[in-house]
Amino acid sequence: MSFVKRVVVTGLGAVTPLGIGIPEYWANLKKGVCGIGPITLVPAEEGLNQKTAAEVKGFDPLKYFEERQISMLDRVSQIAVVAAREAITQSKLTFDMPLSVRTSCIIGTGVGGQATQDEGYLRLYREKKSRIFPLSIPKLMVNAPASQISMHFGLRGPAFAVASACASATHAIGLSFQMVRSGAVDCAVTGGVESCITYGTMRGWEAMRVMAPDVCRPFSKDRKGMIIGEGGAMLVLEPLDRAQARGAEILGEIVGFGMSADAGDLTAPDVNGMVRAIDGALADGGLKPADIQYVNAHGTGTAANDETETKALHQAFGEHAKKLAISSTKSMVGHALGGAGALELVPTLLAMRDSIVPPTVNYLGPDPACDLDYVPNEARAMPVTHAISNSFAFGGLNAVLAVKKFS
Amino acid sequence: MADVANDVIDIIRKKMRVEKPTIEMTDRLEALGLESLDAVEMIFDLEEKFDITIPYNANNPRTEFETVGDVVTAIQKLVDKKA
Repeated sequence: MSFVKRVVVTGLGAVTPLGIGIPEYWANLKKGVCGIGPITLVPAEEGLNQKTAAEVKGFDPLKYFEERQISMLDRVSQIAVVAAREAITQSKLTFDMPLSVRTSCIIGTGVGGQATQDEGYLRLYREKKSRIFPLSIPKLMVNAPASQISMHFGLRGPAFAVASACASATHAIGLSFQMVRSGAVDCAVTGGVESCITYGTMRGWEAMRVMAPDVCRPFSKDRKGMIIGEGGAMLVLEPLDRAQARGAEILGEIVGFGMSADAGDLTAPDVNGMVRAIDGALADGGLKPADIQYVNAHGTGTAANDETETKALHQAFGEHAKKLAISSTKSMVGHALGGAGALELVPTLLAMRDSIVPPTVNYLGPDPACDLDYVPNEARAMPVTHAISNSFAFGGLNAVLAVKKFS
Repeated sequence: MADVANDVIDIIRKKMRVEKPTIEMTDRLEALGLESLDAVEMIFDLEEKFDITIPYNANNPRTEFETVGDVVTAIQKLVDKKA
C-alpha cells in the first residue's frame, strides 16, 4: 500500500472574477484583463470606504441549482460546487463504488459562509428580529463547501475543510497530493474557495489598513496594498497509473509540497518561513532551484509581502532567481484568501501545458526592493517544465506546491 | 491642542513597547517600539476617541506619522475640521 505514486491532475474547474469556467478564466488571464471593479455585493448606502474588489460577476445560482437547493447553499458553497462540477466533468470520472469511498474531498476556505453570517447578524442586531434563517449554521460552517461537494458528487472518502487563511487552498491541495501519492486514496477532489465580500468582512479589512484604494499592483513601484477577491478553483488528482489506465487527459503533475510556520508575528511576513516552505517543496519534488522557470507568487501587492517574497526568492534560488519568470495573478483576480492558492495553481499548471506565462498587470515600474522579473503587464510565451505556486498566510502559515509539465 | 496632545500620548503609551517615563513630541514612533499592528490599533483608538476618520494606509511610507508630534498635529487638524 505504501508505494509512492506519481500524482497527476485530470480535471480543473474555476469560478472567478475573470469568468466562470476554466476556458474564460485562462483566456482572460493570458490577455491580462483586470477583474477588479466597483463593489456591488455590499449596498452602496452602507458607505464602505473601500470602493473596489474583485467580485465574481454574473453568477446566477439558478443557472446551476434548483431553487430548493439554493436555500442550503451559501454563495461560497455555490461557487465551490460549480467549480467542482467543471473539474469532475473534465475528468470524466463518476464516483460509483468502490471509487466513491476511495476519493477524498479536502477543500480550503478561510472563513466559510460570510454572506449567511452577515445576513443573520443584520436581522439580529440591526433589525432587532429574534429569529435567523433555520439553515444558517450548516450554511456558514467552514466545512460547508467540502460537505456540499461531497454530497453533490457522492464522494465518501476522507472529507474536511482546511482553514489556514490565505494558504488554505494550497494546504488542502498539498494534503490531497500527499494522500494520493501515498496510496491513502485513489482519487482526490480538492481546491479552495472564498466569498466574503460582505459588509462586516470588508469593514474588518478596512480596519487592517492594508487595502489599495483602486487596484492591486504586485511588486510595482507605488503599490498601495491588496484588493479582496472572491472565487474558487477545484482540481481532480489521481495516481498516474490509474489515469493512464483509463485513458484520462493529463493536465499536469504535482511533484512537491512544502509547509512551514513563522512562529513570529501575527501578520508581518517572514523571509525565513517563506524560504523553508519553498525549499521544502523543491526537496519533496526532488528538484533543484535551477529546474524552476516560473513562480506564481503570493504577490499580494502590499509593501511588506512583495518585498519579503522577493527576498525569499533570492535566498531560495540564489543566482537563478534573476532567471525566473514571476507573476502575481492577484493583480487580475484580487486576493481570494482561502481560495487564492487554487485560483493560482490553475494558471501555474496551464502555463506549463500551453507554454505561456500570465502577467502581473497594473505594473507601473520597478521598486528597488522588488528587483526580479515579474512578467509586467503582458503574458509571455515561453516553455515551462517546472513551476511553483506560493501561498503565505496571516498567522505565519506558509505553503508551496511544486508542479511539473506532464510528459 | 494640549488636550489632544494628552489624549494622543495616553493612547500611544498603551501601545509602546519601551520603558520611557515621559513622551516628547519629538519622539519617533519607531523608537517607542510601535510596530505596524500597534500603529493600526493606535489609529483605531484615536478614531474612536475623537470620532474622526484618519486616512492611513500601512502600505505607504510612514512619513506623515513619524513622530508623536506628527500624530498630534494630524489629529488636531481632523478634530478642527469636524468642529
